Amino acid sequence: MKNYKLRITNYALFALVLIALTGLFYQTASAQDTTPTDDDVNAIAKQLYCPVCENTPLDVCPTEACRQWRELIRQMLAEGKTEQEIKDYFVANYGARVLSEPPRTGFNWLVYIVPPVLILVGAYILFNSFRAWIKPRAVESVSGPVKEAKPSSSDDEYVKRLEEELKNRK
Amino acid sequence: MLPEFGYGVLLVSFIVTVYSGFAAWYGVQNKSASLVESARRAQLLTFPLLTIAAGVLIYLLVNDHYEVSFVYEVTSRSMPTYLKVTAWWGGQAGSLLFWAWLLAMFTSAVTIRKWDRDLEFLPWVIVVSAITLAFFIGMVVFYENPFTRFWDVGGEVVPSFFAPSATATVFTPQDGQGLNPLLRHPGMVIHPPMLYLGFVSFVIPYAFAMAALITGRTDDRWIRITRRWTLWAWLFLSMGLVLGGRWAYDVLGWGGYWGWDPVEIAAFMPWLTGTAFLHSVMIQEKRGLLKHWNMILIILTYALVVFGTFLTRSGVLSSVHAFANSPIGPLFMGFVSLTLIASVALLIKRWPELKSETEMKSMLSREALFLLNNLLFIGILIVCFWGVISPLASELFTGTKITVGPPYYERATGPLFAGLLFLMAIAPLSAWGHSTVQTLGRVLWKSALAASILTVVLVFTYTKNIYALIGFFLISFVLFATVHEFWRGANARMKTQNENFFAALGRLMGRNRRRYGGYIIHISMALMAIGILGIEIFQMETQGTVASGESLELSEYRVEYRELASWDDFGAGVNYTRSVVDIYENGIFIGQLFPRIDYYYDSQQNMTIPGQHATLKDDLYILLVDWQPTSNEGATFKVYVNPLVNWMWIGSLTFLFGLMFAAWPDKDPADEPVRRKVSAGDRQTSAAD
Repeated sequence: MKNYKLRITNYALFALVLIALTGLFYQTASAQDTTPTDDDVNAIAKQLYCPVCENTPLDVCPTEACRQWRELIRQMLAEGKTEQEIKDYFVANYGARVLSEPPRTGFNWLVYIVPPVLILVGAYILFNSFRAWIKPRAVESVSGPVKEAKPSSSDDEYVKRLEEELKNRK
Repeated sequence: MLPEFGYGVLLVSFIVTVYSGFAAWYGVQNKSASLVESARRAQLLTFPLLTIAAGVLIYLLVNDHYEVSFVYEVTSRSMPTYLKVTAWWGGQAGSLLFWAWLLAMFTSAVTIRKWDRDLEFLPWVIVVSAITLAFFIGMVVFYENPFTRFWDVGGEVVPSFFAPSATATVFTPQDGQGLNPLLRHPGMVIHPPMLYLGFVSFVIPYAFAMAALITGRTDDRWIRITRRWTLWAWLFLSMGLVLGGRWAYDVLGWGGYWGWDPVEIAAFMPWLTGTAFLHSVMIQEKRGLLKHWNMILIILTYALVVFGTFLTRSGVLSSVHAFANSPIGPLFMGFVSLTLIASVALLIKRWPELKSETEMKSMLSREALFLLNNLLFIGILIVCFWGVISPLASELFTGTKITVGPPYYERATGPLFAGLLFLMAIAPLSAWGHSTVQTLGRVLWKSALAASILTVVLVFTYTKNIYALIGFFLISFVLFATVHEFWRGANARMKTQNENFFAALGRLMGRNRRRYGGYIIHISMALMAIGILGIEIFQMETQGTVASGESLELSEYRVEYRELASWDDFGAGVNYTRSVVDIYENGIFIGQLFPRIDYYYDSQQNMTIPGQHATLKDDLYILLVDWQPTSNEGATFKVYVNPLVNWMWIGSLTFLFGLMFAAWPDKDPADEPVRRKVSAGDRQTSAAD
């Protein structure tokens, strides 16, 4: 009985290895057979810009040239090239302009650095002006009670204000 | 004969414009009221003159005068008459004339207003608008003449206005090249006029701002006079942008409406400063603050209007070197620089006189939050400006062309737009002068809670994408807070005035149209944001080639290819290839769509018209990409599902309504009394505009 059980286990193990192996073969075989789908091609073309038209992503460019470039991507995918290799190929042949963003090297760093720096400078100026504007009031409030510092606490106040606005609207 | 007449009228209008500017300037220097009046009349004359010139051009366009090179370039015999008319702005020379014509219309309109109380502004408004107008007419007269004809000089065809030699004869081609088919869409027929109207109408507030600086009358009078102008300018510019987006969505065939293309951004930049300006002028009106900043914003807006026209008209975007080849580019650049330098110099001269009348009280006051809003708008402007400029700079300095595309813009502007949404929720509820965390919290907690609950519901029912959830939270916060504000106002009136809810709401809104129109616009912005979020984050696409009877599947949709037909319409010069597809949602048949490709023989261009199935939930958007000669061999389709995108268009309509509500003329607000002398204390307690 025990032997029998062992035999079954052995067979099962053997079968499993066989299945696994065929699966492996099947996998590699199918990878060689199937041509890349349009979606595979578009996923890469989307990240590239048409080398001839202005500001048109390659996946939607209707020109004949771009159709051929998409075929090229398909061919390269079928040859087993990776996404990065394909992109590098396009950059090498048509220049950095085919990328939807400039590569982060040299002069191109300016593209990425300037806007945040300017915005931070703007924020700094704004913050400083706030402080400068608010300071005089701090001094003022020491010298005497300031009416408007009281928060408008009740609904009545809101109603009053609303009415006043409507009346005084210029 | 007609081209000569048209050109002659253009020349006269140029002279009249230059005269009006000069007479106004000379008149005010020498205190000659009659000279200023003469300048005003000259200004008024420019509009009928340019209308005649434009009329001549339209006559030539409609009647197939292909000896005129502009007519040859933009029309063909097969085009219907209405398209021949709108071809006026379908090419360089015509669109510059169109710009000038619209500007003349606006400057004429502004000169016939009642000037009793602002007589000192009049000459300077004329000077500034005449300079701008003269620049554009000059461009048409000297460089981009729409009346240039073809001449046969010993067998060679030469474009020229005057006969190049004594023996030359006018050459008339058999047919024109025809308008670019992409421009034949109704959206493209209305989009440029809207955009241009927006552009030119911003010239008016700028002219008044300059007049205020020059005369030294630096109170908020100029802002009050131009309030409506600015709103209408903003309306036109916004509509121009939206229509452009709709056109791209319907015609360009890439499944979206906004591609961060430099041409789009050129029109978007003045909109950004214009929007910031609309907000910050309120601070000056209410609190007498930010006078410098408002001047800077309107100067920037004007500069960006001209700069935007320059970007789209000079060819600089395709190559920095193309820019130098046409005289248009350097002239535009010179004009932008000169006006900018002159404006800034004036501003610096008046800097001390533009001091604030009161000071800022709290970081949470409405004016402080408005300033933050301005920072965000300017931040987006910086991102856009730099994104457009850096490829040019790269080409110029390093010789390599680069593309700055959507990933750059989306990453950089995303947080800024989110910040704007947040401010849109809280700023309208903060008080002028003073607000604290407590006062703000009291009016906002309910909306914030409602938005949070909704977001949690969305986590379980719709998406777990963190960016989408942040977006939906902010959008719903804006919607709840704004609707609550309507309700709160109406409720308060119901209590005090004993009105029913609708009467109370109607009175409330009617009495302060600018404010509540503004709130409606905020709601519309939130609705548009839903659409933007949907297409940006959740867009799905697939492409495949299918034989008749086979299908493509995407999300819960199935697209089954039926048949395809191709035929010629010789009258229109178009070949149509139209496919028929059945669409199923969760297995249930919901209709048929007809994605097609139109091929225009005259311009040898394809136009891809998508089949669209639109619902509030999403858009099923199908493009015919390619096909085999016999339909059973198959056709290639690209299918997009664009979730929530239709909220973009619903938002646009709401926006239009809100703006009309705010800007529709009642009695001229400029003729109402100048700001009452309000004591500083009064002003601080007033809570709203």
